[in-house]
Amino acid sequence: MKNDFLKKSKIPVFLMVLAVVMNNGCSNSESRSGNNLEELTNDASAEIRNTVQTSEIAVEQPPFTEGIFPCNDCHSEMVPNPVRRELVDMHDDISAIFDHDSENRWCLDCHDMNNRDSLKLASGKLLDFKESYKLCGQCHGEKLRDWKVGVHGKRTGEWNGKKEYLLCVHCHNPHSPRFKPLTPEPPPVRQEDIN
Amino acid sequence: MKKDNSRRSFLKNISLATFSALALSGCDMKAVDEFLQDNFRILTKEEKDVIVKNLEVKYKEKYGKEFHVSDKPAMDGVSFGYALDLSRCVGCRRCVYACVKENNQSRDPQIQWIQVLQMEKEKGIDFAHSTIHYNPETVPEPGHFYVPVQCQQCENPPCVKVCPVKATWKEEDGIVVVDYNWCIGCRYCMAACPYGARHFNWGEPNIPKEELNTEMHYLGNRPRMKGVVEKCTFCIQRTREGKYPACVEICPVGARKFGNLLDPNSEVRYILKNKRVLVLKQELNTQPKFYYFFGV
Ligand code: SF4
Repeated sequence: MKNDFLKKSKIPVFLMVLAVVMNNGCSNSESRSGNNLEELTNDASAEIRNTVQTSEIAVEQPPFTEGIFPCNDCHSEMVPNPVRRELVDMHDDISAIFDHDSENRWCLDCHDMNNRDSLKLASGKLLDFKESYKLCGQCHGEKLRDWKVGVHGKRTGEWNGKKEYLLCVHCHNPHSPRFKPLTPEPPPVRQEDIN
Repeated sequence: MKKDNSRRSFLKNISLATFSALALSGCDMKAVDEFLQDNFRILTKEEKDVIVKNLEVKYKEKYGKEFHVSDKPAMDGVSFGYALDLSRCVGCRRCVYACVKENNQSRDPQIQWIQVLQMEKEKGIDFAHSTIHYNPETVPEPGHFYVPVQCQQCENPPCVKVCPVKATWKEEDGIVVVDYNWCIGCRYCMAACPYGARHFNWGEPNIPKEELNTEMHYLGNRPRMKGVVEKCTFCIQRTREGKYPACVEICPVGARKFGNLLDPNSEVRYILKNKRVLVLKQELNTQPKFYYFFGV
């Protein structure tokens, strides 16, 4: 009966994983430190793992600018330059708006120098763009915690079932995260204007 | 006593006679059925099913589209709760219009179940100094915050108490509903509601045919008539099917949260446990199940 139900509704694996995560009060693999340290040292030298398959939360596709991904299409041909600088030839549109602790941070604090198709945690661990929330959570831990339980940010779908999350970067431009003002919809008709 | 009885049966016979006359004169029997229909709450499942089927036919004739009218009852073990993050809402009114569309509210004369109040940060929550007519280029406006107000789905609803014909009541899952067929339009409930959440159809409601939402619930977003009261039902046609209300899904800042208060793992329960929460006009003991919180 139970199996039947699962088969019929084709619940994706990540949702079940999510359910487990929620039941454990948000503990994820990072808190099981034993394996983790090993994993980290392995990972630092290893090629990027395809973290999408291990993604624990159902998210929408990251909002890339048209035609910009995979980054390696261009970057694999280039010799990486690790010197902190303001970009002028390429990505100057990002330099122009960059406002995310810009005094202390630049591209390679979040993007990996050797594999541009992945992000990088402070630990050196590589990260798929689909899991960018982990990167954000390094500084905004409280927000990450609220997001995981669906309290910060938007969820759509079913209140008692399958839900879809937006990534942090769907609402906050990672290079300029402050929420931008919106044009309001029209106010209601005034009583005196009703015929 | 006996006299009384005979007077009653006399009246009964008159009305019967009138209706048979109507029926004979070719008047729509369905309209007569509808007129004689009992209060929705005391109907059997079978009777309800017939009624909603008839409505589907009637709406199809009227609007030329297929409709689905549900009479789905409350789920067991569910009590709905809503939470709105006052530290996030920017007052953009996306929720207002998503609600109008989802719930088939009249465009002209205009009816809106959600009202977004703009307040001054310096004054705090102060209805007397709030406005719903703010209209700047962009929101949020500096020094202001926003309090969207809709039916608070009170545990102790004053509107239900005052209705002289019991046309409005609280369902098992906590949603306060109106049987539009039973409402006599006296508007006592509007006077009793401390949140201004009930709205009256002073004129014939108007909705462009192509914008009608065809997924309906008898107690929710089916088209209303002139002379009846309506209000937010937590999108009963959506939430009883497991979906989030329309306002939750549209809000661009994710300020709106919805779920089952009886489920300790729900978003609303997390908020009640971990955040600073308030209800509007707590002193009136209406016990709203619409909570405002500060997510920061
Ligand atoms: S859509 Fe969200 S942010 Fe906009 S007014 Fe409604 S609750 Fe506030």
